[in-house]
Amino acid sequence: MRDFDYIRPASIPDAIAAAAEPGATYLAGGTNLLDLMKGGVTSPDRIVDISRLPDLNRIEWLVDGGLRIGALVRNADLAHDTSFAKAYPAVAEALLSGASAQLRNAATVGGNLLQRTRCSYFYDTAGPCNKREPGSGCTALGGENRLHAVLGWSNACIATHPSDFCVPLVALDAVVEIEGRNGRRHVTLEEFHRLPGETPQRENALEPGDLVVAVRLPQEAASFSANARYLKVRERTSYAFAVVSAAAGLAVEGGKIRTARLALGGVAAKPWRARSAEAVLLGADADEATFARAADTALADAKPSGDNAFKIELARRIVVRTLMAALAGTPERLPALPASPFSSIPGARHDA
Amino acid sequence: MTLELSLNQQPAHSRQGSSIGQPLTRRDGFLKVTGAARYAADNHPAGMLYAVLAVSSIARGRVASLDIEAAKAYEGVVEVMTPQNRPALAVDPDAKHHPFMFRLDLLQNDKVRYANQTIAVVIAQTLEAATEGAALLSPRYEVQPARVGLDGAKSFVPAAVGVGNPAVQHKGDVAAGLDAAATRIEASYETPAQYHNAMEPHAIVAAWDGDRLSIDTPSQGLAMAQGRIAGLFGIAPDNIHIRSPFLGGGFGSKGMISGPQVLGVLAARLVGRPVKLVLRREQMYGPVGHRAPTRQTLRMGMDGEGKLTAIDHHARTASSTFDDFFEPAADASHSLYASPAIATSHEAVRLDTGTPLFMRAPGEATGSIALESAIDEAAEACGMDPLEFRLKNYAEVEPMTGKPFSSKALRECYAQAAKSFGWADRPVEPRLMRDAEGFLTGWGMGTATFPALMFQAEARAVLRSDGSGLMETGAQDMGQGAWTAFAQIAADGLGLDIDRVEFRAGSSDLPNAGIAGGSGHTATAGMAIHNAGAAVIARLADLATGDERSPLYGAGNAGVLARGGRLYRRDDENRSESYADILTRAGLKEVEGSGKSASDPASQEAYAMHAHGAVFAEVKVDPDFGQIRVTRLVGAFAAGRVINPRLVRSQYYGGMIWGVSFALHEEAITDRRSGRRHQINRLRVKQLEPDAHDQHSSRHQRPEPCARRRAARHAARRAA
Ligand SMILES: Cc1cc2nc3c(=O)[nH]c(=O)nc-3n(C[C@H](O)[C@H](O)[C@H](O)COP(=O)(O)OP(=O)(O)OC[C@H]3O[C@@H](n4cnc5c(N)ncnc54)[C@H](O)[C@@H]3O)c2cc1C
Ligand code: SF4
Repeated sequence: MRDFDYIRPASIPDAIAAAAEPGATYLAGGTNLLDLMKGGVTSPDRIVDISRLPDLNRIEWLVDGGLRIGALVRNADLAHDTSFAKAYPAVAEALLSGASAQLRNAATVGGNLLQRTRCSYFYDTAGPCNKREPGSGCTALGGENRLHAVLGWSNACIATHPSDFCVPLVALDAVVEIEGRNGRRHVTLEEFHRLPGETPQRENALEPGDLVVAVRLPQEAASFSANARYLKVRERTSYAFAVVSAAAGLAVEGGKIRTARLALGGVAAKPWRARSAEAVLLGADADEATFARAADTALADAKPSGDNAFKIELARRIVVRTLMAALAGTPERLPALPASPFSSIPGARHDA
Repeated sequence: MTLELSLNQQPAHSRQGSSIGQPLTRRDGFLKVTGAARYAADNHPAGMLYAVLAVSSIARGRVASLDIEAAKAYEGVVEVMTPQNRPALAVDPDAKHHPFMFRLDLLQNDKVRYANQTIAVVIAQTLEAATEGAALLSPRYEVQPARVGLDGAKSFVPAAVGVGNPAVQHKGDVAAGLDAAATRIEASYETPAQYHNAMEPHAIVAAWDGDRLSIDTPSQGLAMAQGRIAGLFGIAPDNIHIRSPFLGGGFGSKGMISGPQVLGVLAARLVGRPVKLVLRREQMYGPVGHRAPTRQTLRMGMDGEGKLTAIDHHARTASSTFDDFFEPAADASHSLYASPAIATSHEAVRLDTGTPLFMRAPGEATGSIALESAIDEAAEACGMDPLEFRLKNYAEVEPMTGKPFSSKALRECYAQAAKSFGWADRPVEPRLMRDAEGFLTGWGMGTATFPALMFQAEARAVLRSDGSGLMETGAQDMGQGAWTAFAQIAADGLGLDIDRVEFRAGSSDLPNAGIAGGSGHTATAGMAIHNAGAAVIARLADLATGDERSPLYGAGNAGVLARGGRLYRRDDENRSESYADILTRAGLKEVEGSGKSASDPASQEAYAMHAHGAVFAEVKVDPDFGQIRVTRLVGAFAAGRVINPRLVRSQYYGGMIWGVSFALHEEAITDRRSGRRHQINRLRVKQLEPDAHDQHSSRHQRPEPCARRRAARHAARRAA
């Protein structure tokens, strides 16, 4: 492991100034960054430890009915905050379906947004990777790519964004609050992460020094609380990333869908908001046939990036199942197996 | 090595009569849960340096260059060991004098024969500096195309599979059996390569003092490790002291000393200071053995009643390009089902991987998954229930050899597990069961078997005039509970309460306890302990029965019983004397006895010896996603005499969870182009997953009639 400078700034402006230098990076919970450093995947010259910055670990209910989540709020603390889980059950379920209890205790909101891909060639420094070394090539193309992207990928990179948390967030119109050298700005989460195009190393809207200070949820986001779910297909029921996942929120009146929110995870380099599918749902009958049409629409542009055509069908099915589960209503208590298809069916044993 | 237990750490063991059979808690449990247990990598002798391996990123070729200057220039780096400056060895690491001597990669040249092979060792003041030094070597390679996968090379029939088994065997006429069959099935199964990654990676702390060597390293076979290192360095085995009080899992990968461990010793020799070397997780995919992939084809014929007329079991597997170990998968068909004709055969390819070695029941695990699946297919083809079919083909004698079993209670295991599971309600047709939530529900069962092996061991026993006892043997605790089980056997062997017995193990300066592997350690070392106890008691009895002043005078050796620190006359238990009194009167501080154990060739010849078990599972499958959940597992086992039911229960659970893991999770993924294993990222390792809840196991106990007396097997499928 290479030597690096370690800086623990006292304030946000100090942090930004320290991190604006080339080769600097923020350290929050460290659950992703430290693994990458140990593996030689990233070798920052300077670590700016923000974990002790004041005021970034608060969950604030805003007067306009929205919510502001500080960037240093721990994943576990957020998921276990009862008012939060009641208002945004799909977000809590997504958080609890990720990683392990120990990791969730350490991982922060900001770090979750900014975690890097789990493409195994990104981690394997022996071969080329356009994200690690722009222009070197993509080893995943033609390699072991069962779990890679089926939407929005390019020949430069077929990796996915691994976050669960971001999937319901993007469905609920979350906004990222960023502070940088030129002050504070807001970017919707939908626009925050980028598709790879020719520059897969540019993963998001952050400029050098930019610090994510909070994530905001608008007032409307809480209106889906009675009919919101997040479901995740994974190779193991715990401690595994999504093969595909979906977050859905519905508002239904007289059997018709008044509003709908839908996003997919594990399919692209960003949490994938399925707006065209939402349009199909709007005003339609709230039933399986409609959901199937919405699923087809959501995946209409999908194409395999390798040995992963199965993910497209799997994604269609998870969309239908998640919409069905949302329609059936948010469970009273958070399922003991969060986001598992085994807890998606009404009446399913949650102790399973 | 003795467990350093203070009195309040030691749970009070209440015991009536015998220690054996009591569900004592682990004597080392307190140390482990408090972090006080000292594993190899926890040792830091004064002046110690850190060694880090630089490993090959290609699977085949040669190292063209290394930037040794850059590594050495890094602050804290002390030395870089390469083929140029590696200290000389007395034996070529590629020499193979016997089948158990596996070739090691010890920087003998610049050739690369698998990914993750060591190409240099960087030694530094800190772990961080050594790690960065290794990165700075920036190796350049001449790359040759890697041979990957079971179809990656031309196959051949190996000279032997497993530990010296013939690759091709048969009895009866399989072709005729298949011809005559009323029903036939043919089925193929593939099992993936699987890699060792125990919680404790291979680690070593080595310190030289002249030509004496002191080592802390996990080992499942202390004497073998000592012998191998002694041979390589040309020193006497007695010059080497290995301490291995605890292993954070062995599973076969610590059975023989591995290349990286020897490299730690070489590094210490090169720099003349103690050195610590610990493998990184990703470095375990190569030099420490693995389970080779298999592709197995089974053909079976059944007569009109569902009785097998023939079993043909063929397995294709892989070994490395430079050594021989062949997973004996097809041999699983030798011992389970009665059939007039059985043929087993193996072929293999050579791939650019590390040498596959022993991993949790080599052959039994891979072979039985195929055999048991084929048996299910055969049952279905005959329209029979899988259990009924197994009972129909129940082997009363070992099918391949015709030998009677020393004991076999498989029928009882089937019955007991089936009953607690509720198997009788199972519909025969597949896909008929759904639960209330619409998930497909499947019930299945399988048979467990493992040979009851016994190796060779020695133990030394001492009785002291203060009434306490000592038992010594270089046994190894991999987590299976050896510290506890052996102390129980020692207590009974010495006729003492367990709290009066000091038990020493896990150190190479103690009598050779053989290997903790093949599920034979408890039987083997336990027998030696028992015999050492009997020997020292006989000496004590001699003293008493030959002394007119003793109440036991004249009873003769065979006429006394040892219990609770006293000898009693067998014919009159009112006449007894304490060990302390006997020794004190004789003016002795202590008496000593030693014991040995080995399998008995006569009973080996006469009997087939196996443990058996049956496991029943309920599995739910999501019809849309194919996602699987194991909701119930019930097992019943006939594993011989149980020394400690609590420990054995853990072994049953462990075996059952391994089974679930084998079936659902474990698969090493190899990049087809480079031959590199792709779990560089730990998350890609399909790990053991405690998904199986609601799991319970029941025990079917039956004493083994012959040859096993005090010694016993620990559990059905913990092989290593
Ligand atoms: C074994 C394992 C399993 C996992 N499983 C899952 C899973 O199933 N689902 C899932 O969603 N996630 C999973 N994760 C990922 C986990 O959620 C992330 O590692 C975690 O959220 C990162 O948060 P952190 O605070 O530790 O970030 P760090 O590791 O500290 O930082 C990660 C990155 O974010 C940057 N960063 C952090 N905070 C800020 C900020 N405020 N502003 C700007 N940049 C910032 C850092 O510079 C760094 O580049 C898993 C991780 C591990 C190790
Ligand atoms: S998919 Fe992206 S992250 Fe993976 S190897 Fe290709 S460029 Fe790198």
